[in-house]
Amino acid sequence: MGKYFFSETDIKSAWEQVLAAFWQRYPNPYSTHVLTEDVLFREVTPDNLLLSRRLLTKTSRLPRWAERVFPGNLSRSVYIIEDSVVDLGNRSLTTLTWNVNHAKLMRVVERCVFAGDQDRPVWTQITREAWISSGVFGLSRPIQEFGLARFRSNQVKAMKGLEHALSNLQKASAVCPGDSAEKHKNLNSASKTQKPQQYI
Amino acid sequence: MNSVGEGCTELKREYDQCFNRWFAEKFLKGDRSADPCSELFHKYHTCVQKAIKEKDIPIEGVEFMGPNREKADS
Repeated sequence: MGKYFFSETDIKSAWEQVLAAFWQRYPNPYSTHVLTEDVLFREVTPDNLLLSRRLLTKTSRLPRWAERVFPGNLSRSVYIIEDSVVDLGNRSLTTLTWNVNHAKLMRVVERCVFAGDQDRPVWTQITREAWISSGVFGLSRPIQEFGLARFRSNQVKAMKGLEHALSNLQKASAVCPGDSAEKHKNLNSASKTQKPQQYI
Repeated sequence: MNSVGEGCTELKREYDQCFNRWFAEKFLKGDRSADPCSELFHKYHTCVQKAIKEKDIPIEGVEFMGPNREKADS
């Protein structure tokens, strides 16, 4: 039951930069479907983990066949919670994101891990998993398939949005005096290698 | 980026600016000195909570990383 998505990507940016960009990635040219973003909660724990909760609202875009079946859903946006833990010691960020409304129609839970590469400090590995399920009797399979297709397209946008934010941060720091050519080199060589996606 | 509370966006921007500075200059460098953004966060938070109640957004009592528990077996 349900659909599972998995992908691994390496990007050529240091983990610290990826994290700074993570908080600043909205708005970006690829996120027009994200309407609002709010931090609801933040705490640094005694063992120096940074916990955060963000609330996002996104447009609820359904394919036409689903719009006919669920007309009421058009009026409400989707509310999404993103919980995250930054572990500085491990150089890792773990996020869990899921929708808190429209859940019976379709629920998407996404877990991401952004891990600094120990051997190659200017690289960060991003692992993304998602579980997509629908509780609608008789339509769960097409809804889940739609959900998986949309998730795949959204993860491409999410990566582009993150890279856009990274590039902005690099440009901003490039304006500061005493800046070296290093930063410009990074900007031009931002590349990624993508391992094959797997999904069931 | 807008806040879910229309009147909260400015407060959000001020808090975000403070947080982003603290995050890059202190937290990421292992500096454990006190968070300078708590007052700004408090003002912003009060505003957002009001908007959440008004819009009836169902986030009350949602456990931190709640769905993670369900995914532990998959």
